[in-house]
Amino acid sequence: MSAADWRKAMNAGAGRYAWAGGAAGRRAAPRPAAPPSPRGEAVGAGGTAAWARWIARRVRARHLLVLLAVLVYPWVATPFFTFQIGAQALALGLIALSLTFLAGYGGMVSLAQMTVAGIAGYMYAIFATSGTDISLRWPWGLAVVLALVIATICATLIGWFSVRTEGIYTIMITLAIGVAFYYLAQQNYSLFNGFQGFQSVMTPAVAGVELRAPIPFYYLALFWSLAGYFFVSYLLRAPFGVALQGIRDNPRRMSALGFNVTAHRVAAYAVAGVLAAIGGILMVWYNGLVSPGSVGTGWLINILIIAVLGGMRHPIGAFVGAIVFVLLQNFAVDLVGRERFNLLIGGVFLVIVLFSPDGMLGWWTQARQYLRTQLNRGPAAAPTQRRRQ
Amino acid sequence: MSRFWVWFWVVVIGVPAAAFVVWGLADNPKLFLTTGMNGLTLAALYFLVASGFTLVFGLMRNVNLAHGSLYLLGAYVGYVVGDRTGSWLMAVAAGFASAALFGLVLQVAVFRFMHGEDLRQTLVTIGLSIMMADILLWIFGGEIYQFDPPRAIFGRTLLPIVEVYPTYRLVLLAMSAAIGVLLWWFLNRTRVGMMIRAGVDDRAMLSAAGVNVQFVFAITFAIGAGLAGFAGVVGGTALSIAPGEDTRYQLASLVVVIVGGMGSVVGAAIGAILIGVAEQFGLAYAPTYSVVFTFVIMALVLAFRPQGILGRRA
Amino acid sequence: MTSLTRRLLWTGVGAVALAAVVAGGAIAQAPAVKIGLLATLEGPFAAGGQDGMRGAELAVKERGGVVAGRKIEIIKASSDAKPDVAVNATRKLVEQDKVDIMVGPLSGSEGIAVKDYSKTQPGITFINGSSGAQATTLQDPSPNFFRFNTEGAQWMVGLGEYAYKTKNYKKMALIAEDYAFPYSQVQGFMTEYCKVGGHVTHKAWVPLGSKDYSSVIAKLPRDVDALLVVLGGADAVNFLTQYEQAGGNKPMVGGSITVDQTVLNFKGKRRESLLGTPSAGPMADSYDGADWKKFVASYKESFKDGFPSPSLFAYVYYINMKATLDGLDAVKGDLSGGQAKYREALKNLKLKTPTGEIVLDENRQAIGTTFVTEVAKAADGGFYNKVVKVVPGVNQRLGMSKAEFEKVGLGSRDVPSCP
Repeated sequence: MSAADWRKAMNAGAGRYAWAGGAAGRRAAPRPAAPPSPRGEAVGAGGTAAWARWIARRVRARHLLVLLAVLVYPWVATPFFTFQIGAQALALGLIALSLTFLAGYGGMVSLAQMTVAGIAGYMYAIFATSGTDISLRWPWGLAVVLALVIATICATLIGWFSVRTEGIYTIMITLAIGVAFYYLAQQNYSLFNGFQGFQSVMTPAVAGVELRAPIPFYYLALFWSLAGYFFVSYLLRAPFGVALQGIRDNPRRMSALGFNVTAHRVAAYAVAGVLAAIGGILMVWYNGLVSPGSVGTGWLINILIIAVLGGMRHPIGAFVGAIVFVLLQNFAVDLVGRERFNLLIGGVFLVIVLFSPDGMLGWWTQARQYLRTQLNRGPAAAPTQRRRQ
Repeated sequence: MSRFWVWFWVVVIGVPAAAFVVWGLADNPKLFLTTGMNGLTLAALYFLVASGFTLVFGLMRNVNLAHGSLYLLGAYVGYVVGDRTGSWLMAVAAGFASAALFGLVLQVAVFRFMHGEDLRQTLVTIGLSIMMADILLWIFGGEIYQFDPPRAIFGRTLLPIVEVYPTYRLVLLAMSAAIGVLLWWFLNRTRVGMMIRAGVDDRAMLSAAGVNVQFVFAITFAIGAGLAGFAGVVGGTALSIAPGEDTRYQLASLVVVIVGGMGSVVGAAIGAILIGVAEQFGLAYAPTYSVVFTFVIMALVLAFRPQGILGRRA
Repeated sequence: MTSLTRRLLWTGVGAVALAAVVAGGAIAQAPAVKIGLLATLEGPFAAGGQDGMRGAELAVKERGGVVAGRKIEIIKASSDAKPDVAVNATRKLVEQDKVDIMVGPLSGSEGIAVKDYSKTQPGITFINGSSGAQATTLQDPSPNFFRFNTEGAQWMVGLGEYAYKTKNYKKMALIAEDYAFPYSQVQGFMTEYCKVGGHVTHKAWVPLGSKDYSSVIAKLPRDVDALLVVLGGADAVNFLTQYEQAGGNKPMVGGSITVDQTVLNFKGKRRESLLGTPSAGPMADSYDGADWKKFVASYKESFKDGFPSPSLFAYVYYINMKATLDGLDAVKGDLSGGQAKYREALKNLKLKTPTGEIVLDENRQAIGTTFVTEVAKAADGGFYNKVVKVVPGVNQRLGMSKAEFEKVGLGSRDVPSCP
């Protein structure tokens, strides 16, 4: 760290050293967690009322509206829209959420999140039933648990490799690790079945309900997405999350305060790994197959695109980005021709990075602020004018 | 590292390596030496590509993930020029020039305005690489293109033990060594090179010393990109150009720089030799696991010396 | 009511009335039959996918865009040779665009994934594009997935015997890429070659996409008579160049996609040694059958921007689309009753193709003709593939009985083996 940086770090607040750096960084810094109000603590004795009051304070009309909309969605949309658009967006959004958590709040941009998801998918395919002989055909519940555990362990290992150098280096290392896994999956036949991968992976049926049918699968993906979203929101207010954001902004100061910076970062990778692993199992159930193509460079970068597209300031950005991405992917053929989809998505990504580093959430916030100033300017202008007279 | 650890690693890695060399030479000397030479020539190609990448990364902290696309751009432009003029040397020059020009334009028009925002610059290069790959696919299609170098360098040479070896690969080795020396001379014996090295060590201080930092950045990006384009034509002559080569060389540069150390050209050379030789020996002696060797080397370096063999801790 | 509301109301009424008239008019005619067409238009197979679409369009054009009194509506989609992308594209065509029949995909692993998807849509008929994996119809076949083209293993029948008996290659070494399509090609060749007494002493499986054959070449044994090269055309040129530079001089036997235009235009020093290279496949550019010549002429005339001669992809998509339309003709466009009658017609279809007749076996896989070719010099000095043997009635079990074939299993890295 140079002398100028050091001085800046000692004198600046949390927002100054956000992940984007420089001017954009100040704009991009997510709002720090709101401190608990003294009034709330004073009436802490009334236990049940506290969480109700918390909900009443935090939940707005738009939150309820969105929740209602996603719950009712499969009943108004066609099975195609429920399954291919809705459920896929939720599963991809969950994987992108893990990246948003790591990058937006931890300052570490990891391109290996899809790798972790792919590892979970491959492990599930190996342990459960599929059309390939390598599969062990164990009960699906056991396979899911094993897949999650192995994927989380791998995520922790990836984190351990990546955290010991500074932030920008993380992209290179995680990309290299991701690609190494891709080549391993492609060339190894005894475990990963090489280029073919695992086809006809069985999706389980629970209590007679076939989980791969559009509506049950949608609700399954919705449940886990909501769980992931609320978990991340909670974690960001908990001491762990706050410490992580502190480490993002000023690791040296946090270390001086006594926090184990490396351990915190590796733990963040592990948490992100769990989220990505759940998303990975949802994706292998959605596709019914897993192959090296699912973990290739294309998909590694697509997850980054989704996260940046939506905006890394808030966990909802991952899902917003996923919906836009899936819609573009499916309907670009009607606009531009499916062959040029990569050009389209690359162009959109470039536009977002150049002009709105906070993604679509940034545009949304700017739009809201603009509207607010417009609405406020009307009545506020009148008294000023009268005074001038 | 303390002396104990140095000796420890020399024994743990050196002894199995020496045993392998002895076995290989005894078992099939022709195969062993041919594979060794293949490894060195592949390392030469990797060095050409990775040296530009490490310069840009070391000085400007910009992980240029469009470096592979610059390789492919240089290769295609070189092919078109070579096809029209019939001269392979013109193709090489065109490859270098086009990639260097493109890199210069990028730095001056786009990255200059994002000074200090390292991550944002990197994301821009990702977007650019996606778009460039698709545009090149659109223009040139999915076919594989071959270059047409002069007969003199495209035949075979007779060597002891390996008997016959492609002349072109020896030429590639020689070219790479020459470029390496040239690069070393440029960085260590010229003013601009001195400024670049100073910038790699401490960017802010370079600016404080009154140097026009943007000018140095522009030169560095142009050289780095030009090297990639040059490698595109030279490598494409050996191994043909096709879509997907950009990703391959991008990843090779990544691994070489991780192993060799960021910002260090000598480190890129060492990393390239390690990775190139490991890859070729893996392909020859254990084909399905060759990627594992590369990965193991990378993992070992990351575990014990995260900044790379010759890199410096930031 | 305000004037604006009144205006909106009348516009609404007018729109509804107009729609009713149009719909009424449309229902009066027979509805168009919607056919989904999927090929790989992205990535390295893009050129092949484009040609495949041309072949399918040619089949539609031959019928003037109408079949059994119904207009043919083609809805195109593209994939990039990844199975999950292919299934997404197919699902969109079937569930969102509501096609009646689905034609595609292009590559082997996509075919297996689409076959799995077809089992979830029993009311739609799926016909193959050009995917050539054995497992699609041999392992867990789907009752509504039809493949009217022969696959990779069938394409090599006849070549093994030709290489051993006519060319006198008693021992060979194999160079092929490490995935399912070359496995099937090698099985098709070696089943016959090993039976007549040949030996494949060395198998070099090259990782997918690698262009550096130097280590493979260094390990090739010296005492073989020829090399069996199952690489794509452009990779084969790379291989030949590197082989020549490393001092190799053995003749070659090519797979179905190996000896193509790029190889025939090879400008290396050893160009003359290419003469006499045998190969095999479902078609041959120089076949002098009347129907074939008509097909080639028709392709050249309809597609000025196409290849000089229809490629494998164009031909295979053509026969699959032709089968689709011939089947519709046989049931007079009646797709009712879950398309049961249509499927029955397809099962019993005797398809007339430019290279002979094709019928389906019990797994809805084609039984067709294979051509063995050899590279020869034309009058103008250029090289071309001359037909030397025609093998009719090749089935997917390569002439073995069901029990015999199941004992051997599908082609893989070690199956078959005769060192």
